[in-house]
Amino acid sequence: MVTEQITQGAQTSTSQAAQAGQTAQPVGVPFDEPITDWRHRHLLDVDTLSKDEILRILSTASAMAEVLDRSVARTPALRGVTIFNLFYEASTRTRSSFELAGKILGADVINVSGSGSSVEKGESLVETLNTLSAVGADAVVMRHHASGAPWLASRTIGGHVVNAGDGQHAHPTQALLDAYIMLQEFGDISGRKVVIVGDILHSRVARSNLWSLTTLGAEVTLVAPRPLLPSAMVRGALEPEHPLGLPSVRVESDLDEAVVDADVVMGLRIQNERLRGKLLPSSAEYARRYQLTSDRIAKASPEAIVMHPGPMNEGVEIAVDVAHGPQSRIEAQVSAGLAVRMAVLFLLIRGGA
Amino acid sequence: MSSVPGSILVHGGRVVDPASKIDEKIDVLVVDGRIAEVGPELTAPAGAVKVAAGGLVVAPGFVDLHTHLREPGQEHKETIASGARAAARGGFTTICAMPNTDPAMDSAAIIDGVLQRAKDVDCRVLPIGAVSKGRRGEELTELAALREAGAVAVSDDGDAVADTSLARRAFEYLADLDIPLAEHCEDPAISQGGVMHDGAVSARLGLRGQPASAELSIVQRDIALAEAAGAQFHACHISTEPSLQAIADARARGLSVTTEVTPHHLCLTHDAVAGSGDDLLYDTDAKVNPPLRTEADVQACIDALAAGVVDAVATDHAPHAAVDKQCEFDAAAFGISGLESAWAVVNSLVDSGRLTLSAAIERLTIGPARAWNLDRGELSGLGTLQVGAPADVALLSTDAVSRVEPAGWASMGKNTPLAGHTLIGVVAATISQGRIVWDGREH
Repeated sequence: MVTEQITQGAQTSTSQAAQAGQTAQPVGVPFDEPITDWRHRHLLDVDTLSKDEILRILSTASAMAEVLDRSVARTPALRGVTIFNLFYEASTRTRSSFELAGKILGADVINVSGSGSSVEKGESLVETLNTLSAVGADAVVMRHHASGAPWLASRTIGGHVVNAGDGQHAHPTQALLDAYIMLQEFGDISGRKVVIVGDILHSRVARSNLWSLTTLGAEVTLVAPRPLLPSAMVRGALEPEHPLGLPSVRVESDLDEAVVDADVVMGLRIQNERLRGKLLPSSAEYARRYQLTSDRIAKASPEAIVMHPGPMNEGVEIAVDVAHGPQSRIEAQVSAGLAVRMAVLFLLIRGGA
Repeated sequence: MSSVPGSILVHGGRVVDPASKIDEKIDVLVVDGRIAEVGPELTAPAGAVKVAAGGLVVAPGFVDLHTHLREPGQEHKETIASGARAAARGGFTTICAMPNTDPAMDSAAIIDGVLQRAKDVDCRVLPIGAVSKGRRGEELTELAALREAGAVAVSDDGDAVADTSLARRAFEYLADLDIPLAEHCEDPAISQGGVMHDGAVSARLGLRGQPASAELSIVQRDIALAEAAGAQFHACHISTEPSLQAIADARARGLSVTTEVTPHHLCLTHDAVAGSGDDLLYDTDAKVNPPLRTEADVQACIDALAAGVVDAVATDHAPHAAVDKQCEFDAAAFGISGLESAWAVVNSLVDSGRLTLSAAIERLTIGPARAWNLDRGELSGLGTLQVGAPADVALLSTDAVSRVEPAGWASMGKNTPLAGHTLIGVVAATISQGRIVWDGREH
């Protein structure tokens, strides 16, 4: 698969590049030309992106994937740029993929985490951001446990802010890489049936995907037991007329019905502490009703793909054979993340003045 | 209570005194801290200060059942003196101080200290005692001693008395003391740390929500407990339609249930947290407990206020330092600084025809005074302009356009989501206990 080659390419070629100290001329993206038609300074969520803008990011990501495919995957596109990875929450895939994305584009990438920094001494978020601004951060890639923290950051610092996940709110690069995988699979996802299953209430992945998928014209169905749905959705109404609400989509409680003819089935991570009787009866009952099993996937469209943002609880929200089966695109999602994050950093920093 | 000897003649204004059903162009004469005479074309005694009130409404000074003064313990947010100055600018001449100070106002000694500190400030301060020691919700305070020290009500405001057995015993004990339990109606088992209203906007923003049922749960519980005990239940800052309905039903059954709404719940919805939607605000100045609710809830609050189901507009004035609000939404303090915008908010409802002027003034004066039986003894006539009443007078413009500009406020708390909003109504001057404590006409 193309995307798996992307990962291999990235891993081998970056180490080669590091050894040789070389840079390669990029292809597919006009790296040297100024970008005058990109209006966004920050990427806080996908809700303010038009369809064209999402497609622009994804086509830029395709070009980045070509770069990653080359024997020496390095470009000087962001040389001289300083990017801070400010992570208040643990993360493996998002953090390493942003770090690698910045480095491949030639930027200086500095990691700051909640532990081992002034944050542990009680420094406020605003103070930390001011400090990063003062030392010359051109961009801050930020993950924070409080919903909305990147919006505060965007009003505090002069540089670009990229949201790498805020609380239970948004995870725009995850939604973009999910769209990248779906477009790679289907070309156009307008009218395609996407079923998202699991802990919608606490999921920033689900929220961001709602925006990008509806903008791209997909038909989205959310499936979850009621305690894992925002109450505004449980009432069925989702207050569709509310101008500040989420996009109005179908909400179901029965996965066996919802999955019929689906083109994409996306599972969400459920935290173990939510399955110990306080919020939901048990892990076993959850699995019985909501696990992505091969029986259920068999009811979907024959060409359906299975996705999950990770990390997975295999055997809880997804069966082991489905997670690693032929319809799974879960590893490809991780690989696509790198190209998408390169595209985001490139467009924002080179274009979003 | 201290009062200032001397005379003030307020002349040429439109006197609106709902308790006396007066609404006419007459004069008010104040002598030695009391209302001495109300009538047409009064003559000023020698040496009297003359206050021209042409074009203004002359009303009794406002009574606020719900103010947070932060002293003792959090003087960086507000002091008794600065809060009282803010009250005077807002037309309030009596404010009831909530006990969630540090330490909490849970003993006669602390209440006495607050009263001492409040002696010479710009309005009358009536203390509210804590229901439980340290507001921890575990053991009752010495409720009778608090009352003797001057507490006009008891409350663990900021939190409900969550332990139902403690709430039951508090109501039973208070039945003999003739003061209300002012309850912060939020069931923590339901609200579970929610930082805004649970609805479409919280779903969008990914913020934990407090459902309306968290308020209704305690309202219904306390109606049952107060009825069984024969005590008064005062429901603080009610914000949702179902709670107002439950309270209306209880009152219709003749129960001793009183309630208040805040200015912000009369004019703002949960939309204020998000802003316009293009650039999500996560506006911490709109973070308040109870949270700003839906448009239907706002309409229900206005309707209940107009219908008299609600006794009082109470500010829930909750001043905070800037640093308490310049942070992540989850980490920000709850509360809105409200004393200095209350009149403009309420009068804007009058201006738009949702409330009569008389009802608006009633809910700011005699309504709250009677809800808590404050108008007795030395304070007989409080909330009115009747002869012999304390000389508390507010001079109000009902048509001046005002922009909410907290930078110029007397309160140390500049935290309000109304900043920059244009409202109708200005407090022109305030007389408190016979002394002119605010005169905006000079500016």
